[in-house]
Amino acid sequence: MTPLRTPEELAAYRQRLADDRPADRPCVSICAGAGCLASGAGEVIAAFETELAARGLEADVDTRGTGCPGFCQRGPVVVLHPEGTCYLQVKPEDVPEIVTSSIQGGQVVTRLLYEDPVTGERAVHENDIPFYRHQERTLLEHNIRIDSRSIDDYLAIGGYSALEKALFDMGPEEVLEEVKKSNIRGRGGAGFPAGRKWEGSRNAKDEPRYVIVNADEGDPGAFMDRALLEGNPHSILEGLIIGGYTIGAREGYVYVRQEYPLAVTNVTLAIRQAEEYGLLGEDILGSGFDFRVMVHKGAGAFVCGESTALMTSLEGRVGEPRPKYVRSNVKGLWGKPTVLNNVETWANVPLIVNRGADWFTGIGTEGSTGTKIFSLVGKIVNTGLVEVPMGMPLKDIIYEIGGGIPGGKKFKAVQTGGPSGGCLPEELLHLEVGFDELTEAGSMMGSGGMIVMDEDNCMVDVARYFIDFLTEESCGKCVPCREGLRQMHRILSNICEGKGREGDIETLEDLSEVAMEASLCALGKSAPNPFLSTLRYFRDEYEAHITEKRCPALSCKALVSYYIDPDKCRGCLICMKKCPSQGIEGVRKQIHVIDQEKCDACGVCFEVCPSRYDAVVKISGEPVPDPLPEEERMIVKVAGDE
Amino acid sequence: MDLDRVDEIIDNHRGEASSVIQVMLDIQTEMSWLPREALTRVNERLGVPLSRVRHIATFYKAFSLVPKGRHQVHVCLGTACHVRGAPRVLDTVEELIGLKPGETDLDLKFSLETVNCLGCCALGPVIEIDGKTHGNVSTGKTEDVLSGYE
Amino acid sequence: MSDLRMRIDGREVTATEGMSVLEAARGAGISIPTLCYHEALEPHGGCRLCIVELDFGDWTQLVVSCVYPARADLVVRTRSEKIDRLRRTILELLLAHAPDSEPLRELAEEYGADRNRFEQEASFCIHCGLCVRYCAEVKKKDAIGFIDRGIRKEIAFLPEIAARECEDCKECFPLCPTSYLQAAWVLLDAQAFGA
Ligand SMILES: Cc1cc2nc3c(=O)[nH]c(=O)nc-3n(C[C@H](O)[C@H](O)[C@H](O)COP(=O)(O)O)c2cc1C
Ligand code: SF4
Ligand code: FES
Repeated sequence: MTPLRTPEELAAYRQRLADDRPADRPCVSICAGAGCLASGAGEVIAAFETELAARGLEADVDTRGTGCPGFCQRGPVVVLHPEGTCYLQVKPEDVPEIVTSSIQGGQVVTRLLYEDPVTGERAVHENDIPFYRHQERTLLEHNIRIDSRSIDDYLAIGGYSALEKALFDMGPEEVLEEVKKSNIRGRGGAGFPAGRKWEGSRNAKDEPRYVIVNADEGDPGAFMDRALLEGNPHSILEGLIIGGYTIGAREGYVYVRQEYPLAVTNVTLAIRQAEEYGLLGEDILGSGFDFRVMVHKGAGAFVCGESTALMTSLEGRVGEPRPKYVRSNVKGLWGKPTVLNNVETWANVPLIVNRGADWFTGIGTEGSTGTKIFSLVGKIVNTGLVEVPMGMPLKDIIYEIGGGIPGGKKFKAVQTGGPSGGCLPEELLHLEVGFDELTEAGSMMGSGGMIVMDEDNCMVDVARYFIDFLTEESCGKCVPCREGLRQMHRILSNICEGKGREGDIETLEDLSEVAMEASLCALGKSAPNPFLSTLRYFRDEYEAHITEKRCPALSCKALVSYYIDPDKCRGCLICMKKCPSQGIEGVRKQIHVIDQEKCDACGVCFEVCPSRYDAVVKISGEPVPDPLPEEERMIVKVAGDE
Repeated sequence: MDLDRVDEIIDNHRGEASSVIQVMLDIQTEMSWLPREALTRVNERLGVPLSRVRHIATFYKAFSLVPKGRHQVHVCLGTACHVRGAPRVLDTVEELIGLKPGETDLDLKFSLETVNCLGCCALGPVIEIDGKTHGNVSTGKTEDVLSGYE
Repeated sequence: MSDLRMRIDGREVTATEGMSVLEAARGAGISIPTLCYHEALEPHGGCRLCIVELDFGDWTQLVVSCVYPARADLVVRTRSEKIDRLRRTILELLLAHAPDSEPLRELAEEYGADRNRFEQEASFCIHCGLCVRYCAEVKKKDAIGFIDRGIRKEIAFLPEIAARECEDCKECFPLCPTSYLQAAWVLLDAQAFGA
């Protein structure tokens, strides 16, 4: 490929691509995102390739491993073009039938379509599926259409046209104005207006300047940045190049965690392709603008997602944060003006440039414009990535898109904002998602994790879990975070273990104050959130643990006991055989009894007791009933029994 | 210990001191741990003080100062997996292979690590062994999964 | 260098460009407690004890004075109920590690900190980093460094360098606010140099 040297050459090349790929050319898109790969997408892709080759169709039908369209719950996801038929949970065995019936026969394989759990209706196209129908997918929509490793695929759908527009029709001032006008706020955490950040750097006197993609995505339970970077790396690169051009930087970095090997590979490849095509490097498209991009792998430290720690790490040092009294857009990487934005923020840039700030502000709310991708996980029917306009009520995301809580359980809380976010209760489900709305409610937008919890989840345990995570990930530089979290974690663990004491809540509140007010970086400053928000909305659970030694959700292992209901036990031996502690006494046809001394509350018996008996009982905060005396354990056959 | 290979890695990064973490990551990937001689070489060639090399090697989770087992078992403790019962799966794995997170057994068969989200929350709880993901593992299923490795 | 005039605890104070608020205060004889600060070293901002309050009229902000740059017209308060409470808890957290440290005990006295508030976990080091930074910045020897992170962070000598450099230097020893450095050295001596 000879580099494209002018906008005209780019246009001509794009035209050639269009001519080569008529819109009605058949193509099988198979999601090759992490979730689908784990469900066997690799085998499905291979099956399609072999099957098509075996029938001599490989020249007429393309096979494409694509980025993640979001519906991980029903992976592997397969979409057939040009019809747009969407098949879910496809297995290699299904492939011959799909080829015969759909690709060759033009028929739909009904059993692989989405089936509405209530009405039983089938949905043929992606957008007929409720999970997708209620979304507004401006960032994710292309994921299933392009091979993430093909720059041609990206160009064919109009990729790099925003860069061209910025370089030749707009110029840096106008791009900056447009970004400012779009009012886009950072998608990585704090929600700082990107335009203002860019302007600060552009106006800073110092040179050189830098732009950085924050792809360190360390929030446990969040994978939207991963899906973007793996699925559509060029869109982020394009945003970054535009950003560099706007603030006057000639160098950019992509800081991506090494735990995402596919993202590293895809973005590295994308950079190489863009260089080959003349879209990166010297004199891009003949504009006189030079720009290069380097990939830096994060070596596994959550705190390195924090802006100053990330920059310290890029400089080849231990990722400890620095004081931010001078902002990093003025004094950042190597002490130079640096714009750091999140993956999703960068991905929005080409859209804003192409479609304009007015289009962008038309989506979402006044304070929070545009769409936001959430990773909807936990106790939810449809786990996956969802992109919705800002301002959508939480309950619509959870019930309309997410399909509600599985297993007939009751919703308890939704945790947003990553580890230092907060848990919101049912009363707040009407809340419209937006930066300020979530902060006001004691949580935050964070990067967009959304973890749904049901009645079986203990809120004290959830707080302990997050504080544990943050204690592990604290860099250790400053005392309020390192020592404060250590103590908070200890107290919360004690509470979960039934060793809570009067006054613990007050001590936790004190420690929270010190961490929030005196920590060096935002990790420590926001770390008490999981405790404070659960205390705010679920104080009774704390009190039950401390004063009654009872876990209302029956979740804290040290506070629950199991016993076997003598009226229900049929003496089937199943639990006895499965108990890892040999803690169940029983012989066939005699009522089984759990030896409370031996029981370590692992709950296996509760899990394995056949649901038709349902004899194992889980309790907390009350004494276990005395077992029947041995001579009364014989099960008398009642009429109608087996 | 192949020091030539270490030199090559350093050369690939043009011997720049700021690339020390990238160099160490490449060594870690290649050798699956950071042998002492390799770190000394990094210190000499990049001019990065040994104290910093050592701090980096212990600060970031990707690095190991001891050899790793043949099979790397990663139990996901991300939030989605946590609320779906990952701690119990971890308990079971610990019991079955007799290791705590961060440990490797003496005959270098298994190394056990916990991780914070493998990006396949729909399948939680998840265990990843040598890069292969096993989804929806229950306490009972764990044994079947592990017994497949020698 | 232009002079910067600011108010600290109601007093007019003059500082120069490049100074921190802490230095400005100390220059005027106003004391602010510190554990990780040292004139000869780059400010670290780790102990957070030097926290003070800036008054901007309609709002206030807590900042850490050893790293906050002095600026003209700043109004600074070095003590308040809140500041004292934060300092007290910070001291209590550190006393759980080094209950017998002399500097900590003096400060505890002043701020009413209870050395038994948190469960004792005697690892002694309070991670002020004075030894590590002194060795790196002043002596340029890097004979001692940090390892690990978070609650597992520790200081440790580098035996091969320490064997060469430390015996005749030991300048960092008096900087340590606890007895940990001494202990680490004795241990190293015993292990590495076969005492
Ligand atoms: C402990 C910590 C971890 C963070 N991790 C990330 C991350 O993984 N990805 C990210 O984009 N931002 C992360 N942030 C937020 C960044 O500091 C920064 O605000 C963001 O990258 C700026 O980009 P934005 O304005 O586009 O959001 C983290 C912040 C903290 C305090
Ligand atoms: S707040 Fe925590 S993570 Fe941030 S600098 Fe302090 S110790 Fe490190
Ligand atoms: S002296 Fe300022 S933080 Fe320690």
